Amino acid sequence: MEEIVRELTEAYGPSGAEGKVRELIQERIAPYVDEQRVDALGNLIACKRAGASPAVGRLMLAAHMDEIGLIVSYIDEKGFLRFHPMGGVFPLTLLGGRVVFENGTMGVIGIERWQEDKIPPMDKLFIDVGAASPAECPVKVGDIAGFHRPFFAQGTRWVGKAMDDRIGCAVLVEFLRQVKETIYDLYVVFTVQEEIGLRGAMVSAFAVEPDVAIAVDITTTGDYPESDKMAVELGKGVAIKVKDSGMIAHPGLRRHLVQLAEKAGIPYQLEVLRRGTTDAYAMQVSREGVPAGVLSIPTRYAHTPSEMVDQRDVRTAVDLLLHLVAQPMELGG
Amino acid sequence: MLLQRLSDAFGVSGCEEEVRNILAQTVRPYVDELRTDSLGNLIAIKRARAGVERPVRVMLAAHMDEVGLMITRIEKDGLLRFQPVGGIDPRLFPAKRVVIGKERVPGVIGVKPIHLLKPEERERVTPVEQMYIDIGATSKETAEKRVKVGDYAAFATRFGPHGLEGESRLVRGKAFDDRAGCAVLAAVLQGDPYPVELAAVFTVQEEVGLRGARVAAYALAPDVAIALEGTICDDLPKEKDQSPVTRVGKGPAITLADRSVVADRRLVRLLVDTAEQAGIPYQFKEPALGGTDAGAIHLTRAGVPSAALAVPSRYIHGPASVLSLDDLEHTIALVRAVLPRLQDWPEPKV
Repeated sequence: MEEIVRELTEAYGPSGAEGKVRELIQERIAPYVDEQRVDALGNLIACKRAGASPAVGRLMLAAHMDEIGLIVSYIDEKGFLRFHPMGGVFPLTLLGGRVVFENGTMGVIGIERWQEDKIPPMDKLFIDVGAASPAECPVKVGDIAGFHRPFFAQGTRWVGKAMDDRIGCAVLVEFLRQVKETIYDLYVVFTVQEEIGLRGAMVSAFAVEPDVAIAVDITTTGDYPESDKMAVELGKGVAIKVKDSGMIAHPGLRRHLVQLAEKAGIPYQLEVLRRGTTDAYAMQVSREGVPAGVLSIPTRYAHTPSEMVDQRDVRTAVDLLLHLVAQPMELGG
Repeated sequence: MLLQRLSDAFGVSGCEEEVRNILAQTVRPYVDELRTDSLGNLIAIKRARAGVERPVRVMLAAHMDEVGLMITRIEKDGLLRFQPVGGIDPRLFPAKRVVIGKERVPGVIGVKPIHLLKPEERERVTPVEQMYIDIGATSKETAEKRVKVGDYAAFATRFGPHGLEGESRLVRGKAFDDRAGCAVLAAVLQGDPYPVELAAVFTVQEEVGLRGARVAAYALAPDVAIALEGTICDDLPKEKDQSPVTRVGKGPAITLADRSVVADRRLVRLLVDTAEQAGIPYQFKEPALGGTDAGAIHLTRAGVPSAALAVPSRYIHGPASVLSLDDLEHTIALVRAVLPRLQDWPEPKV
């Protein structure tokens, strides 16, 4: 699985420019799905029908392809690029960083003269691609840059940029590779533009009309120095979401996931996230409402160029999904 | 000129009737269906020309509403309290002339004269809750004869030419955001049918949350959509080398991405290609600023590929904007030129 995680995290795909990630995934899942289509916003909707018919229902699984990025807003007379964030990007994570554009142009993030003890506002920063003027500049206003960082594995940890949410995409790709038995019609959706407002999930949930929906995304942890007090830790298993700032996971679905994990001996943790949400929020409030939940991959240093996950947690997420689709759910009232 | 009538019309978000009446009267001879929905959107369908099988449905949206004020309370002494409707910089209010309600009762937003200001008061922005409108009433009773709580107020600006007569193509007026877009859309609807079906919507309540566009798009389920706007233009001289967002006189501004939408790249390429082939000037709006009806439209139902095109307008969301009639005309030309190229959507010939 390490290979697909490396490939996906290193691929270019900020919100609004997910094409390369989508192509990668299309190729990898082609042997394992009945059909694939790309919708109006660029979501990749893959369908794998239930083994025996009729299916007991329609299950939507979603992971987002987009990563946070920077959109070029202006090229000044000397060829420096000003930008705005696409998604939750913070100035501290940018200083001295390297970014890459869709056409392969690399850039360095510089900062105007600034008092070092305060956090600089975003408009003090700029990207330097080595051009001396707008005419010489290999990128245009509106082009979007993503972080540029290599993946590495060390011990049980995997580190890369865009673990949020390429790790979720990797889980779904691996799940599709391994799934033999499903009693649900599966709609595995690789969504776009989650980081700028859950936009892909909103429209794809409307189209798919699932009976149940589960997002696979990251969550933060409480296990590094002076971190937020949060129960989730790396290596303790897939996190089953109870609540985040956008939604309360359907309690019946959450209980079902917990029961499945316990019966199968799959390590899991319960997650309450103070700030942040996922595609599941958009799926939950689609049309007349959908019972929705989330499987989260615990991640340290989220929204930085070096997000860290534990392989064991990732594999338990795949295992739990494999168990989920082989059994009926009684979600209760 | 239509832009003049639209600019002078009274139409704060939620009270767009006067604007709607002007537009309905203007476009009626040129469209096949005309109706008003439950929120007040004016929906005009112009069917595709004969012989086009299963025409592509293109939604064009321009919002009728402008930012303004609402009267919230009438004080004992006849002064009116208010709150903004839509986003207005509170520093713009003091001393402005406004007109209230359908009767257009004239008022002045009161302000302390400079002689009475303490030094630290000059630094502060008065909160809107502490401002008031003076309509010349001396008591609550006399005020209530002319205005009510819930009445809307708009800036009291009259449209006019701007710059040296005979030389300047600039005009000045209120509400170019988005009466300019409405003027563009009305012009596009005139003339012969296109090889696509036009679902033209003059929307309501864009300034308070893209509300009209959202429901209209749900009802019309278009294949593709373009929002037409009057947009931010900050092209005056600056000390720092900074983006002007758009520039007056440089042609219609194409949105790449704003806070509400990432424009469909195929549509953007088509607009650029069409402009270049037709020799129409164009520019790109600085990304990640503002929002338009396209933000609501593109997320309706299963998603609608959307774009936005705008006339650069200085000083929007204030009492007096400035735009160039050249930019207005080039925007109309660009929309007219791109519509035929949408007939093969989603396989446009670029």
